[in-house]
Amino acid sequence: MVAKRIIPCLDVKDGQVVKGINFEGLREVGDAVEMGAQYAREGADELVYLDISASREGRRTFAALVEKIAERIDIPFTVGGGIGSLEDAARLLDAGADKVSVNSAALARPELISELAGKYGSQFVVVAIDAKQMDGQWICTTHGGSRFTERELYSWAREAQERGAGEILFTSMDHDGTKAGYACDVYARLCTDLSIPVIASGGAGSVQDIVDVLTVGKADAALAASIFHYGEIPIPVLKQALKAANVNVR
Amino acid sequence: MITLVDYDAGNIRSVGNALSRLGAEYELTANPARIAAASKVILPGVGNAAEAMEHLRERGLCEVIRNLRVPVLGICVGLQVLCKSSEEGPVDCLGIFDARIRRFPESPEAKVPHMGWNNIGNLESKLFKDLPGGSYVYFVHSYYPELCPDTIATCRHGETLFSAALRWENFYGTQFHPEKSGSAGAAILQNFLAL
Repeated sequence: MVAKRIIPCLDVKDGQVVKGINFEGLREVGDAVEMGAQYAREGADELVYLDISASREGRRTFAALVEKIAERIDIPFTVGGGIGSLEDAARLLDAGADKVSVNSAALARPELISELAGKYGSQFVVVAIDAKQMDGQWICTTHGGSRFTERELYSWAREAQERGAGEILFTSMDHDGTKAGYACDVYARLCTDLSIPVIASGGAGSVQDIVDVLTVGKADAALAASIFHYGEIPIPVLKQALKAANVNVR
Repeated sequence: MITLVDYDAGNIRSVGNALSRLGAEYELTANPARIAAASKVILPGVGNAAEAMEHLRERGLCEVIRNLRVPVLGICVGLQVLCKSSEEGPVDCLGIFDARIRRFPESPEAKVPHMGWNNIGNLESKLFKDLPGGSYVYFVHSYYPELCPDTIATCRHGETLFSAALRWENFYGTQFHPEKSGSAGAAILQNFLAL
């Protein structure tokens, strides 16, 4: 049976890993390649690198960084942030990324998902969704949660799957940075609605939060950042705890 | 010299990086004469089996690969093109391994693509020397090789028990990605290099 995955997420700006609190007030935490290598050694199942540079120069730096990551890291990694076209995706896949994650650009032009899946195959395409609750509905947002779109989470996730997404990475912007636990009920519904894997993101504060989202929340993978970056929960400790809770992990 | 077959199949760089991490030198080429003269050949690949077959045909590599007598390792789609045929297309493949490539049935317990770390068992080859049964390796695929007499490792996804690896004479194939499978994958590649 496929093991549930633990995925440290590294937000990268100019080659350095930074971690935002609700995507604002960014703090630097370390070298992107070294941190990734360390996580891989410790038993991380996969890595996600998100480019949060806004400038063109920052984007070039990121593509060069992806090459270095690919040389060093012997587990799969996904890259995302600012991928707006097939060409952007091609540059990062050529640099050695295993998957690309698209978010705002897919909301603006959903055909991008079909084009990526058609050209590279679904397994290369992660559709990331940042959503927030508004009037009892989960609404997709862009720009780090600051702008609402007209899309509703569940219908967008289904459309993304139909267009060829290989995975959905859903971040609850209401939970992100709070360390108060994942939005388990939302993941449980997404995982029932969809036939593709769902990665949970936003809210990890404790081992129990991760156990919960992988069991009650039925998520296929749990992504987290600060609890790993600041050493609050070492990955080997987390894996032991998950095994003890009968969660199938590597 | 290890030859990596360059047939526009996707993960060539990842496999090259994995070989470099093991300190192995390799040559990347689509030149039939260079491939025929190689001491070891790796056929990487991700994506679509029908397209991969088309790329091999366009480059005139089908016969060259069939005639190889040195150790050959097909990875993922690189394994699939060495099988009899694939439902993806559908397409006839090189027919070295006695397996067809089938699409996974979808079910809530077994999502497709089969993506992530899964454990392999029934390990029967020098390729898995010193590797404990039940080791986890990384898979990303929607189509799988059936069980057949050439099966040297198995894996289960939902109800489907399939070949995680195949061998016929000098030809080896892994459906999983050793280049992305951490230390277990590095050990498998090292074992292939030592053949």
